[in-house]
Amino acid sequence: MRNFPARLLVVLTVLLGINYLAWRWLESLNWDAWWIAVPLVAAETYSLIDVGLFGLTVWKKKQRTAPPAPAGATVDVFITTYNEPPAMVLETALAAKAIRHPHSTWILDDGGRGEVRELARQHGLGYLTRGPDWADRPRHAKAGNLNNALMETQGEFLLILDADQVPDAAILEKTLGYFNNRRVALVQTPQYFANVPDDDPLGSQAPLFYGPIQQGKDGWNAAFFCGSNAVLRREALMQLGLAGYVKEVERGVTRALKASRTALRRARRSPEAADPLVAGLLDDVESATERARAELRAGVSLSEVTYRVRRTVDEAVQSLVGADFSSLEADLADIAALEQGTESALPGGGELDGAIERMSHRDLSPLAALESVQEVLDALSIERSAEAQPIMPMATISVTEDMATSMGMHAMGWQSVYHHEILATGLAPEDLSTMLTQRLRWAQGTIQVLLRENPLVRRGLGPAQRLMYFATMWSYLSGFAAVVYFAAPVIYLTLGVLPVTGISSEFFLRFVPFMVINQLLFAVTGRGIPTWRGQQYSLALFPTWIRACTTAARNVWFGRPLGFAVTPKTRQESGPRWDLIRPQLIVMALLAAALVVGVVRLAAGLNEPIGTLVNVAWVAFDLLVLSVLIKAVKYKGFTPEKRSVDAVQH
Amino acid sequence: MRFSTEQKDSYTEVSGTGRLNMVAAPKLREVVGEVVSAGNKRIVLNMLATEFIDSSGLGALIGCLKMARQAGGDLRIACVQPQVKMVLELTSMNRVLTPHATAEGAFSND
Repeated sequence: MRNFPARLLVVLTVLLGINYLAWRWLESLNWDAWWIAVPLVAAETYSLIDVGLFGLTVWKKKQRTAPPAPAGATVDVFITTYNEPPAMVLETALAAKAIRHPHSTWILDDGGRGEVRELARQHGLGYLTRGPDWADRPRHAKAGNLNNALMETQGEFLLILDADQVPDAAILEKTLGYFNNRRVALVQTPQYFANVPDDDPLGSQAPLFYGPIQQGKDGWNAAFFCGSNAVLRREALMQLGLAGYVKEVERGVTRALKASRTALRRARRSPEAADPLVAGLLDDVESATERARAELRAGVSLSEVTYRVRRTVDEAVQSLVGADFSSLEADLADIAALEQGTESALPGGGELDGAIERMSHRDLSPLAALESVQEVLDALSIERSAEAQPIMPMATISVTEDMATSMGMHAMGWQSVYHHEILATGLAPEDLSTMLTQRLRWAQGTIQVLLRENPLVRRGLGPAQRLMYFATMWSYLSGFAAVVYFAAPVIYLTLGVLPVTGISSEFFLRFVPFMVINQLLFAVTGRGIPTWRGQQYSLALFPTWIRACTTAARNVWFGRPLGFAVTPKTRQESGPRWDLIRPQLIVMALLAAALVVGVVRLAAGLNEPIGTLVNVAWVAFDLLVLSVLIKAVKYKGFTPEKRSVDAVQH
Repeated sequence: MRFSTEQKDSYTEVSGTGRLNMVAAPKLREVVGEVVSAGNKRIVLNMLATEFIDSSGLGALIGCLKMARQAGGDLRIACVQPQVKMVLELTSMNRVLTPHATAEGAFSND
C-alpha cells in the first residue's frame, strides 16, 4: 500500500477533472464565440487526458533491486558514434573497458574515421564500421549502425551507450541479474547529465521521466528503451528482426504477384512486345507467376516459390537469347561461306556461350526493356535487396529507433525492466540551438512511431501497455494546446470575448479543487524532484512540438524528408540566438500588451473585474512559463564550480 | 559447432554438428560463403546433428540463403530436429524456408 496516497490523489484528480470538464462541455460553452470556446475546451480535454494517463502511469510505480548477475553471461558493450570528438569517444570507451563484468567493448564508428580506428587499436578496443553492403542503400542512422554491429558480434547481451555516456564500472553487475528471468529483454537505466547547472536552464535532466514515469511504466511491464544506458538480450532483438524479415518478404512477394498481371498486360501493349522473342518470354513469365500464385496458396515456402520463378524466367531468357544467337551464328556462317577464307572472324564455341550468358544476364536480357515486368521479378525475392542486410533487429521505422524497438519486443511478449539508479553520466547540449534540434528529433521520432505503428491498435500489446506507449506520444501533442492557452487570455483582455458563458462561482467551485488536487498529485509523485522545468518546456517549446507533428505527418503520409540532423554533442559557437525563439517572443509581447489593454478596458468599463482578474493571473502564468526561454537563450554553457576530472575539452 | 562439406551429384551438402547459436552463426556464414565462392550454387544444409538453433542461427541461415541467391543458386535445409522445427514455426520462418525430410530430396523438384 506504499502507493496509496498517490492512488487516492489520482482517483480524486480524475473525478474532479471530469466534474469540471463535463460542466465545461455541457453548460459553460459560449457558442457566440465558438471559434475560441471550442478550441479552449478541446485543449482542456487534451490536458485532462494527459493527466489521466499520468495518473495511470504512476498508479503502479515499481521500485526494484537487481538480483545478482549470472556469472557466465557474455556481453558486448557498444559505443555508438557518428561525429563526436575522438577524445570524447575514447573517454567513454575506456570507462566501458573498465566495466567489471567480463565483456567485449566495441566502438561503432558511423563516421568511419581513421583516427578513431587507430585509437581503438592502440587501446585494445573493438572497432566496427559499415561494410560495402551499406553503400547506396538506406543507412538508417543509429539503428543501422547497431544492426550492422549485431551481425558482427556474438554476446548474449548488449549494453548500448551513446558516445558521451561514461559508464560506471558496476553497470553490468547491477543490471544483468534481471535477465535471470528468461522473458526479460531490456533493462533501461536513467540518462543523467554531468554538465548541467542546478537550475538546468535548458531542461536537460528529465527527473520526472527517469523516475516516476519510467517506474510507473515498469509497473505495467511497459518501461521502454531510450537509446542509451540500456542492456538488451540479443535473442529478443534477433527474434524481432526475424519476424520483421518474414513480414517484409511475405508482403513484398504477395504485392509483386498481385501487381504482375497488370505489369504483364502493360508490357504486352508496349512496342517491344511486337518482337516474337519478347512476346514468347512474356508468356513464360506469365505462366511462372501463375504457378507461383497457386503454389503460395498451397503453402509452398516463399524461398522455393521465388526460386522457381527466377529459374524458369532465367532459363526462358537463356534459351530465347540462345536461339537468337544460333540464327545469328548461322547467318554469320553463311556470310563466311560466301566470303571464303574468313572463318577466323567467327567466334568460337566457348566464346559464344559466354556471350549468351552475358546477354541473358538481367540488365541485358530483353526483359530489361520492360521495366514493369522487371520490377515484379525483382520484387519476387527473399533477399530484401533494397536493404543492406535482410535482418534489421533495431527498428528502422522512425528516427528514434528505441521506442519502436521496445514496442516490438513487448508486442512479442518480452518483458522490460527500469532500474532506477544512475549508472552512466553523459553530456547534455549546452546551447539552445542544439537543444532544440535534439527535442525536435525526439518529438518527430515519437510521432512517426505513433503514425506508423499506433500502439492503441498494435497486436500483441496488453491494454495497459498500449496506454503507456500512447501516453508518451500524447504528451508530444501539447504544442497545439499551448497555442490555445496563450491565445485565450489575450483574446479576452483585448477584445472582451470570453470563451465561457460567464465566470460564475460555479467555475471556481469546479475548477479550483481540480487544479489544487492535480498540483498535489504532481507534488506527491514527484517528491524531491524538480518538475517545474519540464512543465515550462512542455508549453514553451510549442513551435518545436507543432513542427515535429507536421513534419512527421508529412513524412509518414507523403514520404517527405524530415530534415533530420544528428545532435551535436559539443557546444555550437555563436552569440545569443534570439531568432530561435521568435514565435515565443511574439507571444510574450502579445501577452504583455494584452495586460495593458486589459487594464485600460477595465477602467473604461468594457471588461468585468472578475474576468479581468482571472485572465491577468492566466497571462502572468503564461509569462512565467515562457520566461525560461530568456534564460535559455542567454545561457553560455556549463562552467563547473570545481575542476572536474570528467570535464571534456572542446 | 563443427561443419563439414561434401560434394554430391547435383548439390553441395553442408552438415553442422552441435548448437547453431550466436557463437556458431558467423562460422556457418563463413563456411557457406566459401562453398558459394568456390562456384557451388545449390547447397543443402543437413541439420541431422544440429540439436539446437536460436534466432541468431536463423539469422545466419537467411544470410546464407541470400549469398546463394546472389550467386544464382539456392540454399535448402533438411533433416531438422524437433527443437529446430519448433523454432522455425515459432518465428514463422517456415513461411520462408521449407525443412526437407532428406538432403537428397531437397532439390528433387527443381
